[in-house]
Amino acid sequence: MKLQRRDSRRGAGRPAWQEAPHPLTSTAKAVAIVVVLALVAVPFLVVISTSLADPADVVANGGWAIWPEHPTLAAYKEILSGGIVGRATVVSLGVTVVGTALSLAATVLLAYALSRPAVFGGKPIMLVVLFTFLFPPGIIPAYLVVKETGLLNSYAALIAPVLVNTFNLVVMRGFFQSLPAELYEAARMDGASELTMLWRITIPLSRAVLAVVGLFYAVSYWNSWFNALIYIDEPARWPLQLVLRTYVLAGGQLADPSAGEAGLLSAPQTVRMAVVVLATIPIVLVYPFLQRFFVKGVLSGAIKS
Amino acid sequence: MSVQTRAETAEPDAARPAGGAVGRPGPATPSRRARYQRWRRDRILVALMVPGLLYYAIFHYGALFGSVLAFLDYVPFLGLSGSRWIGLDNFQRLFGDADFWRATVNTLEIAVLQIVFFFPAPLALALLLHSLTHTRIKRFVQSVVYLPHFVSWVIVIALFQQVLGATGVLNGFLADGGLHTVHILGNPDAFKPMVVAQVIWKDTGWGTIIFLAALTQVDEQLYEAAALDGARPWRRFWHVTLPAIRPVIVLLLVLRLGEILSVGFEQILLQRDAVGARAAEVIDTFVYFHGIQDGDFGLAAAAGLFKGVVGVVLVYAANKISHRLGESGVYR
Repeated sequence: MKLQRRDSRRGAGRPAWQEAPHPLTSTAKAVAIVVVLALVAVPFLVVISTSLADPADVVANGGWAIWPEHPTLAAYKEILSGGIVGRATVVSLGVTVVGTALSLAATVLLAYALSRPAVFGGKPIMLVVLFTFLFPPGIIPAYLVVKETGLLNSYAALIAPVLVNTFNLVVMRGFFQSLPAELYEAARMDGASELTMLWRITIPLSRAVLAVVGLFYAVSYWNSWFNALIYIDEPARWPLQLVLRTYVLAGGQLADPSAGEAGLLSAPQTVRMAVVVLATIPIVLVYPFLQRFFVKGVLSGAIKS
Repeated sequence: MSVQTRAETAEPDAARPAGGAVGRPGPATPSRRARYQRWRRDRILVALMVPGLLYYAIFHYGALFGSVLAFLDYVPFLGLSGSRWIGLDNFQRLFGDADFWRATVNTLEIAVLQIVFFFPAPLALALLLHSLTHTRIKRFVQSVVYLPHFVSWVIVIALFQQVLGATGVLNGFLADGGLHTVHILGNPDAFKPMVVAQVIWKDTGWGTIIFLAALTQVDEQLYEAAALDGARPWRRFWHVTLPAIRPVIVLLLVLRLGEILSVGFEQILLQRDAVGARAAEVIDTFVYFHGIQDGDFGLAAAAGLFKGVVGVVLVYAANKISHRLGESGVYR
């Protein structure tokens, strides 16, 4: 009983042969851990605090707040009451949801077909796919393809050019291949078709990897801004990250002459930081789910490849 | 990577008992017949591949084909087929362009700084995390340090501005303390170290994953034997841990060397205007500004193609070197 509790609390614990750590070592480690945690957390906390602070306090303090003394949600009300930020949030959410669904579908189908033993064309196709790791398309040729396919200035230009991620594909295929072949054989005996097996065997057994890959896609769609910068002219159709880049960063020392005038450029720091928080929230929301599957899903696939 | 494809061939067709005819000894032209049988058996699977393959055909191989515009006097109105073939003129212009060499030197400087300062960081943090025996603390620290990887570069730059910028927290404290404020983010001289610092902040935690996985694979008995032979922690690290994770280190280094001409395009593009092109232009931003912004597609595509070819050569060379060192590298 005692032993069990100790195990659950301390994991593996310290093995018998290992010497007890020197108190100095333990202290140094603890300090290092605290410093690392602070380095990650402080920038987020400053931005959140500033976004919640009273604008007058922030101005008086020189543009930032480490703790909001008169907390207010005014900045959030302002950005969400329509205008470019509200619209951009809707665009980002739409692209993320639709893009993730399409990417996941295309990746699952291709990964499943390529995971079946000795599938027709499997080897050459795998080489063709893996070659793209070695030689990713350049910015200019990629732009040209989007232009020639008539996708410029459409939301499709934010999805189609990044539909399948080769790393995700390889991870998923590796996971599918690790499923026991007997299951497929048994299903085959019962007269199941490939589609039935994909739907009834592969997908139910691959929830972890589907979750990880789906969240990877969602995060990358949500975070993407460069494709919108080169493919979409109209600021009214920009996703949130690009709006953030153009009107919020440009207001700081990263002045971008091409950004032009916009309400946000002269917006108070609290509003700017509220946009930053808004653009981060979805990541933080999905993060716990993502984290739970990291080890299970990603590593098993990644190590094999 | 080819390991997988090889493993695949090793698996006999019999693993797929579906088409009974597949394994059967064929008559006159067995291979052709077998291929036809496989095609008949796998039609549905091939149909499933279509969306993904279309994507690769259009956006990867179509783009690869589009790289020919590096050899054209490209006029958008005339298109690829109508533009005049000018051979290597674009490359001649490119290699005679001082800005391009400036960008290449900047790229290499940043890459070297990254390899020296960023590359070991995840290993160090992984060793620290691995040495924690308290599982819950370890999990918590891991959750925190992985997070920045999932935040976009736009947000990372915004965070850095708010902390280190002219009106940021650091300068606020310095001013309050009556000290000189420091000009970090808009300073061309500080730009390259700053870029590396940002990468360290964003991706050190995430980079620990692969090292932690390698560290847990180390045979516990080796440590025990070494300890019984009187090896102190440092010797155990040097003679057990390091040799055990060497393949992972070499693999990651090979991959990094292959990408030496890619140094965080988005990150640098976001900050280039703050410090000017002299300090901040890298090959990728050179391509973007000359191609998309100035419309000199031929020159920009030539620069992009140059970068791609150098990347392939470097992966090949680095892989060869890792084989010489007795490691398996990325592929065989």
